[in-house]
Amino acid sequence: MFPYIANTPQDEKDMLKAIGFNSIEEFFDDIPKELRLHRDLNLKPAMTEAEIKVHMEKLGAKNRGKELVSFLGGGVYDRHIPSVINHVISRSEFYTAYTPYQPEISQGMLQAIFEYQTMITNLTGLDVSNASLYDGASAVAEAAFMAVDKTRNKEIIVPDNIHPNTLRVLKTYLRFKDLELVVVATKEGTFSKAALEEKISENTAGVLVQNPNFYGLVENEIEEIVELTHKNKALLIMSVDPITLGVLKSPGEYGADIAVGDGQSLGNGLNFGGPYFGFMAATSKLIRKMPGRIVGQTVDKDGKRGFVLTLQTREQHIRREKATSNICTNQALNALAASVYMVALGKKGITEVATQSAQKAHYLYNQILEKTNFKPVYDKPFFMEFGITSNIPATKVKEALLEKGILGGIELRICGEHFDNALLVAVTEKRTKAEMDQFVQVLEGLK
Amino acid sequence: MKKYDHLIFELSNPDRRAFEIPKSDVGEESLESFLPKKALRAKAPELPQVGQVDLMRHYTNLSHKNYGLDTGFYPLGSCTMKYNPKINEDMARLPNFTETHPMQDDFLVQGNLELMDNLDQMLCEITGMDKMTLQPIAGSHGEMLGLMLMKAYHADKGDMNRTKIIVPDSSHGTNPASAAMAGLDVVTIESKENGEVDLEALKEALGDDVAGLMLTNPNTLGLFEKQIQEIAAMVHEAGGLLYYDGANTNAIMGITRPGDMGFDIVHLNLHKTFTTPHGGGGPGSGPVGVKARLIPYLPVPFVEKNEAGYKLSYDSPKSVGKISNYYGNFGIYLRAYVYILSMGYNGLKRASEVAVLNANYIMYSLKDHYKLAVDRPCKHEFVLAGINTDIAEMPTVNIAKRLLDYGYHPPTVYFPLIVPEALMVEPTETESKETLDDFIKAMKAIVEESKNDPELVKTAPHTTPVRKLDEVGAARNPIVRWEPKE
Amino acid sequence: MSELFFTKKHEWVLVDNGHATIGISDYAQEQLGDIVFIELPDVDEDFEQGDDFGVVESVKAASDLYMPISGKVVEINEELEDAPELVNEDAMANWMIKVEITKKEELADLLSEVQYKDFIEEE
Repeated sequence: MFPYIANTPQDEKDMLKAIGFNSIEEFFDDIPKELRLHRDLNLKPAMTEAEIKVHMEKLGAKNRGKELVSFLGGGVYDRHIPSVINHVISRSEFYTAYTPYQPEISQGMLQAIFEYQTMITNLTGLDVSNASLYDGASAVAEAAFMAVDKTRNKEIIVPDNIHPNTLRVLKTYLRFKDLELVVVATKEGTFSKAALEEKISENTAGVLVQNPNFYGLVENEIEEIVELTHKNKALLIMSVDPITLGVLKSPGEYGADIAVGDGQSLGNGLNFGGPYFGFMAATSKLIRKMPGRIVGQTVDKDGKRGFVLTLQTREQHIRREKATSNICTNQALNALAASVYMVALGKKGITEVATQSAQKAHYLYNQILEKTNFKPVYDKPFFMEFGITSNIPATKVKEALLEKGILGGIELRICGEHFDNALLVAVTEKRTKAEMDQFVQVLEGLK
Repeated sequence: MKKYDHLIFELSNPDRRAFEIPKSDVGEESLESFLPKKALRAKAPELPQVGQVDLMRHYTNLSHKNYGLDTGFYPLGSCTMKYNPKINEDMARLPNFTETHPMQDDFLVQGNLELMDNLDQMLCEITGMDKMTLQPIAGSHGEMLGLMLMKAYHADKGDMNRTKIIVPDSSHGTNPASAAMAGLDVVTIESKENGEVDLEALKEALGDDVAGLMLTNPNTLGLFEKQIQEIAAMVHEAGGLLYYDGANTNAIMGITRPGDMGFDIVHLNLHKTFTTPHGGGGPGSGPVGVKARLIPYLPVPFVEKNEAGYKLSYDSPKSVGKISNYYGNFGIYLRAYVYILSMGYNGLKRASEVAVLNANYIMYSLKDHYKLAVDRPCKHEFVLAGINTDIAEMPTVNIAKRLLDYGYHPPTVYFPLIVPEALMVEPTETESKETLDDFIKAMKAIVEESKNDPELVKTAPHTTPVRKLDEVGAARNPIVRWEPKE
Repeated sequence: MSELFFTKKHEWVLVDNGHATIGISDYAQEQLGDIVFIELPDVDEDFEQGDDFGVVESVKAASDLYMPISGKVVEINEELEDAPELVNEDAMANWMIKVEITKKEELADLLSEVQYKDFIEEE
């Protein structure tokens, strides 16, 4: 028998009899014979928990990762994750619940999302947040659609120093809606007003800035870019790493209209790329253009504070083809994990995590420049991620580091052939001096 | 405990901490020494500061105000709220999987890639398709991708005119919304009263400007589309493609397959049919499967196997590109993989059979007290057209709210749109006869109450943590974040 | 002399000297229920007859507003942005937009008050 199917053969008989049928087969009579699968599915027979555990352990053992010291980043970071997170999101009242469409019995999730929205707006310095999107890349695409919807223009400008996967996703999303993507070549790794000026026009709907950008550099002309964008009546979209907002100037302070990003850093594990979540915040005048669910505060008929999904006429189940997006299922549980993370860290903790990441990254950077033949890819202010290069192929460097149990970084070749030997190295608060010294030692030994 | 009424911000005390990271071991150089001052924010972001006990109690108390599948019966039509097996959760938390970074080299993540390849093949076998992509993060994400594939296919054939997609009026709202995301114009055709496709209307709508047709089968009324072969032939004849919305796959596993019915593109909701938890709204997973002629357009990367092992390949010049950052919700579809292993070929078929038995059992048990939308054996779900008005009058919304007092999550209401006062019930196979009997009893009791004490029903719910909420006020003056009192 | 017309999409049109004031009918507001938001176009926007020029929303529904006649928007009722419920209170008194009519001949397509009453009775 199958543990997840309660009804027994006797139950089956009783139920059929009660409603006047002889067999379950009768319920399938209307399926044309030639469409029936006249064989068993070609799958293995059922496995017990014990067998599954053995199988999965064996499969997992073919991965390496948990024993390695990671300097991989590119938007996904190995950080300290407080134990409380798993305990909260493992409460089955949360994780086995459906979308909170019945507010009377969903106040827990609704309030948690309301608190999440508040924390995201505080972090980004903007007025309103939705309840989460799929991931950072699709959040950028959704923000682009908002800009198009708001301005009725069709062109989105992005610099070439954003995450290459974000660019790929944006390309796909825009192409199918016949919208134009203009990619601006950046100089020396950072975006500039001058570079934007060459492309921006009255046809521009939105301009994207990623800060820190994919190379880890802190953008230096955001104010000017915001000003130029607004002068052209376009919206400024900022893609940000939420942890860096512990210390970096927020999109709201820069005057951005929309902030988006990937929330993995906020207490979500690496999980080979997902589930993470995308976050989105915006100025209040854009609230009705936002995609996805939004929770609002209200009162019940006894006057008690309560929460509901609100402004639902934006969404697919009401607006159908005129909805702001087709998103339905989002990443609620990951947003809950992020909320618990932000509460666990608090205002002081997030500042510390951001600060330590930056300090440690600069320690490693300085040690590498001091002790090895590696050079920086760009010698500009960065936050917690930086590119290094040498005359040794990046794959060789990675191999040498892996021998010492280190995941050395991302090969920047994915951003273009000219980055031949370059490696993008990320340092989080979780890395220790000993791990970094080992990293430097390996590079020192390379000839 | 259900009276708990604090926002986390109201508990904040600047000197409390719930968690600390180790002190820095590389010194504490000031940020200003390496970052321009103008790059830094004026003051730290306002996040609450609470002790760890406060944190745990806060969320535990919130959870007490939330109804999950482990709390009770969830007969929510078209959502397939089946039990979420716990072994899935444990396996998804194995560090060998969780502690892998998406940018690791292929040779370091052979286990992940093998799992992806295995799951691809399993889902292809279940649906009768040739190749799957696991990249879509949710059902509607899969729909969007499926429609992009359709468009890319036609464009590659030089057929740029096919800008329309046909959807029946009984379809889920995501269908037309996804079509818009893929840049297709929606043509809605009226369904017959039983929710089946009206062949005449379809014929009229088909033409050389049509990219394809989106269907669920069984349809939203829980009925098998008997004319599916004719429909497929008509759509293909007209040069279009057939898209299968997999929302209702729980009725047909091991019994019939969309691939054999003539569908070209399929999306599945792993958070429905394959027991990955709904998470209070997500994360989900919406793999898309296609027939061979559509494989060239699938998103990159995809898993390839050769003598050296598994690798992620980006080599696909006709691909639509990427639709999400990495490889989809790996941690979610891993759970679906475990579920398929734990059920096997025999278990999956049995699941569909019992899901259908359970639905018919409730439907026929309620037929005197409620109006059946269609009086014909259903598949895994069925639709009631409201209360039997010969006994009493009561709007569906009030019946749904009264069910909360009986301890149930209500069925889906007012959907599909083609049935007035619709109540859509999907019990799933994981519920026992006893649970179904209790639910039937409650549904009948509400009919009695509607007759004898209609006020009681109309003012429901009475026993929930909050009562009816003012949604009009919430929408007129949106308060979407907490702000400290001045 | 001003003249009142209606449309089958439930807008009312008060025509006066080449200008039209447009709102939704009492029947329409009643069908919608509590109105929570009204989106109106910008002044100076041009519309053809039948174009949608805005949206009226209740909690669970959104209805497009259709131009009864072609015209250029000269004024919008900004009061409705903060107080959409005014339309529930008095749909005839709370207009939405004023337009300069560009195709007078289209007035022939509109319904008189009596015709409209018959029309909604049939519905």
